[in-house]
Amino acid sequence: MQFGKVIGTVVATQKHEALQGVKLLIVQPLLPSGEAKGRPMVVVDGTRQAGPGEIVFMIGGREGALVLDKWFTPVDQGIVGIIEDIYVATEAIPK
Amino acid sequence: MQIGQVVGTVVATHRTSKFEGLTLRLLQPVDIDLVPYGAHILAADVVGSGEGEYVLYAAGSSARQTEQTDKRPVDAVIMAIIDRWDVGGEVRFHKFLGTGANEG
Repeated sequence: MQFGKVIGTVVATQKHEALQGVKLLIVQPLLPSGEAKGRPMVVVDGTRQAGPGEIVFMIGGREGALVLDKWFTPVDQGIVGIIEDIYVATEAIPK
Repeated sequence: MQIGQVVGTVVATHRTSKFEGLTLRLLQPVDIDLVPYGAHILAADVVGSGEGEYVLYAAGSSARQTEQTDKRPVDAVIMAIIDRWDVGGEVRFHKFLGTGANEG
């Protein structure tokens, strides 16, 4: 799984039927430090509540579709949850 | 998923029978600023996209999660035709009003 920040939305009326009523969001992948890393991607919002500016965590590949009720759908990235806080055990990082 | 523009169609009469009835589109990936990047992608089309349209495609084994591509050797499928996308509240692409069209 990876972190990301919601930066936009995509509107597509003509799409795979299982995606009717599913939000499509543009997410910028982030490192745990909050630094942007990699190309933005379009994801389905499994929580139905994620909005622009929010930090989320996502799952890729076929599992991305499993965030949806109708999971037999061609989706390769899905939001699993919206993050409030991230704790990083700095002592655990080898010097 | 990633955004791509349909730039062509591929016809291959000599192909595995497993490709029966699949429409194959040639896509040019583009980023959220409509800048093309990377190599062309050959994707099956299950939503009836047309030349020049901007679409979303799913890659990897997710591409087999449609009736038409189930159990078939397909790793990219067009699953949405984009009407509009916006970034930071600003419309970057609008199918009918052109790019960068900011509504009132």
